[in-house]
Amino acid sequence: MSGLAVVQPFPRRVPGRLSPRAALALGLALVLWAFVWGSTQGAYAITTAQLWQVLLQAVGAVPAPENAPEYLVFVNIRLPRLLMGVAAGAGLGLAGALMQGLFRNPLADPGLIGVSSGAALAAALTIVLGSYFLPDMPRTLGSWSLVITAFGGGLVVTALIYGLAQADGGTRIGLMLLAGVAVNALALAGLGYLNFISTDEQLRNIQMWLLGSLGGARWSAVALVGSLVAVACGLGLALARPLNAIALGEAQAALLGVPVERTKRLAVLVTALAVGAVTAATGIIGFIGLVAPHWVRLVAGPDHRVVLPCSALLGATLVLAADVVARTIVKPAELPLGVLTAFIGVPLFLAMLRQFRSKV
Amino acid sequence: MSASSLHPGYPLVCDQLGVGLPGRPLLATVHARLAPGRFTAILGPNGAGKSTLLSMLSGQRAPRSGSVSLGGRALSAMAVLELARLRAVLPQETAVAFDFTVQEVVEMGRFPHRQLPSRHEVRIAHDAMEATGVAHLATRGVNTLSGGERARAHLARALAQIWEPRPDGATRWLLLDEPTAALDLAHQHQAMALVRRWAVEQGIGVVAVLHDLNLALRYAHDTVLMGAGRCDVGPTGETLDAAAIARVWGVECSEVHASDGTPQFLVAAG
Repeated sequence: MSGLAVVQPFPRRVPGRLSPRAALALGLALVLWAFVWGSTQGAYAITTAQLWQVLLQAVGAVPAPENAPEYLVFVNIRLPRLLMGVAAGAGLGLAGALMQGLFRNPLADPGLIGVSSGAALAAALTIVLGSYFLPDMPRTLGSWSLVITAFGGGLVVTALIYGLAQADGGTRIGLMLLAGVAVNALALAGLGYLNFISTDEQLRNIQMWLLGSLGGARWSAVALVGSLVAVACGLGLALARPLNAIALGEAQAALLGVPVERTKRLAVLVTALAVGAVTAATGIIGFIGLVAPHWVRLVAGPDHRVVLPCSALLGATLVLAADVVARTIVKPAELPLGVLTAFIGVPLFLAMLRQFRSKV
Repeated sequence: MSASSLHPGYPLVCDQLGVGLPGRPLLATVHARLAPGRFTAILGPNGAGKSTLLSMLSGQRAPRSGSVSLGGRALSAMAVLELARLRAVLPQETAVAFDFTVQEVVEMGRFPHRQLPSRHEVRIAHDAMEATGVAHLATRGVNTLSGGERARAHLARALAQIWEPRPDGATRWLLLDEPTAALDLAHQHQAMALVRRWAVEQGIGVVAVLHDLNLALRYAHDTVLMGAGRCDVGPTGETLDAAAIARVWGVECSEVHASDGTPQFLVAAG
C-alpha cells in the first residue's frame, strides 16, 4: 500500500469476450448493415447509389422528384417497414434480456409473462367476433382495430399473471413462472376454440396474425410502436445494474441496496409495453427475445449494461435480415416473418452453441 | 489489542430480540451490545437460531419481538440503500446466475455506492480480491471455481461493499454466515485473521456465525453462545469453556494450550 507503488496493470479483459465498447460498436454496425441491405432489396430493387440519392431527398437536402419510383417506394413503403423492423427487433431483444435477467434463467422468454398469448387471444377474438358485431371493421394484420385490442389483451393478461404472483407483500418470481405457464395454456386453449368456430377467411386472418409480418407497417403505426419501444428501452437500460445484482439472488440483491420489488415491477411493465406494442402491430415474431440475449452473453459476457443494449441491437438486426429474406425469397409473394426468424435464427444459434459448448 | 474496544461509533444493539422463524417456536431471546472494532462470534448447535439471528442483525428479517438498532435507530426504520452502505453480509451460499467473472461479482459489491465505473472503483475491487487471495482468478467465471475459491470471491465482494470509511464516520459492519465452512485450513486462518485485523485496525464491527470453536477462541473477541434454552454473551475466553461446551453441545472437552498460549479444546474420546 506504499504511495510509490506503481499501479500494476491487472487483467481486466476476459479471454474470449468482446469488450463492452467493441460489442456495442459491432451491434451498431450490424444494424446499419441490415438497414442498408433491407433498403436496397425487395420487389422493387434500389441500388446503393440510388439509396443515397433517395436518403438525401427524404431528409430534404436535395429537392425530391415528383414521381421517381425509387423515391415513392422507399419513403412510402420500405422505410416505414424497416423502421418497424428496427423497433420490433429492438423491443423483443430488450424484453428477452430483461426477462432472462429477472428470472435468472437463460431460457426465459418475453412470452412467459403472457403478453404474446394475451395479444394473440385478443386479436383472434376481434377477428372472429368482430365479423358478427362490426362487419365493416378491417380485420387483417396491421389494422388499427387489431393493434388496439391486441395491445390491450397483452397488457390485461400480463397484469393477471403479475397479480397471481403476489404473495407476502411481494412478487414471487417462481409463482409468476407457474402462473404464466398456466395462463398461457388457458389463452392458447381459447385461441384453439376460436380457430375451431372461425370461418375459413377468419382462420386465415388469425393464422397470418400468428405468423407475424412487417407487411402492414405504416407511418402512423411506426410512430406509435417506435415511441413505445424507445420509452421501454430508456426505462429498461436503467435496470442494468439492479439486474446484475439480482443475478446473486433477490435476497443478496436486497442486502446490496437494490430496490428489488421496484425492479421486478419495472421489468415486467417495460416488457409488456415493448412486446405488447410490437406484437400488436406485427403479430407474433418468435425466437428473437430468446436468442438475441443468449447470443450477446456468449460473445460479450453477462453484464446487463452490455446485454440489454446489445440484445436490442442484435434483435433489430435479426428482424431486419429475416424480413429481407421474407419479402425476396418467393417474390412477389411474401413468407411470414415469424417462420423465417426461426428458420434463420435457430441454425445460427445452434452453430453458436456448438462453438461455445464449454461456456453454456 | 485491548484498545480495540475504544473505537468510537455505534454498537449494534439487540434489545430483548426474539429469534425464530414466523410460526415456529421462539429459539432464543438475545440481549446484547455488539461493539464496533471487535470480532463477535455467534456459536451454537445446529438449529439454535444462529443464521436467523444474523439475518435479523442484517435487517433482512424482522425481529419476532424486541428490536435491533444501530445508533438508536431501529434497522427496520432504515432504507435498504442506507443499510447497504453500512453493512455487508456474506451468506452461507450464493448461487450466481449466468457466467459472471470473479471481478464482476466483486464489483457488484459496490452497488450501493452508485459510483460510475472508474479506475478507483476497479482498484477497490482489485484490492478486495487481493485481500482474500482471489486476484489471480479475477477473469475466471465464478461458477467454474472450487467451493473455497468461490467463498473467498464472495468474501471479497462483501469487503468491497464496505471498503471505504463512511464520510460521516459511521461504523461499518461485516456479517458473515459460516465464512470458513468451505475453506481449507490455511485459508480458514487467513480469512479469520483478515476480518479480525479489519475490526481492530478500521473499527469495523465483525459478526460471524462459526462452527469451529477453536477458531472462535483464537480470533473472536466476544461470543454470543446460543443453545440449551439460553443465550450467553461475553468475551470469548469467559463465555466458552469446557462446562459451556458440555452444556450446549453435550460434548466433553479438555482444554489445551497452543504453543502461542491460545487456549484450544480437544474433544475427549467417547
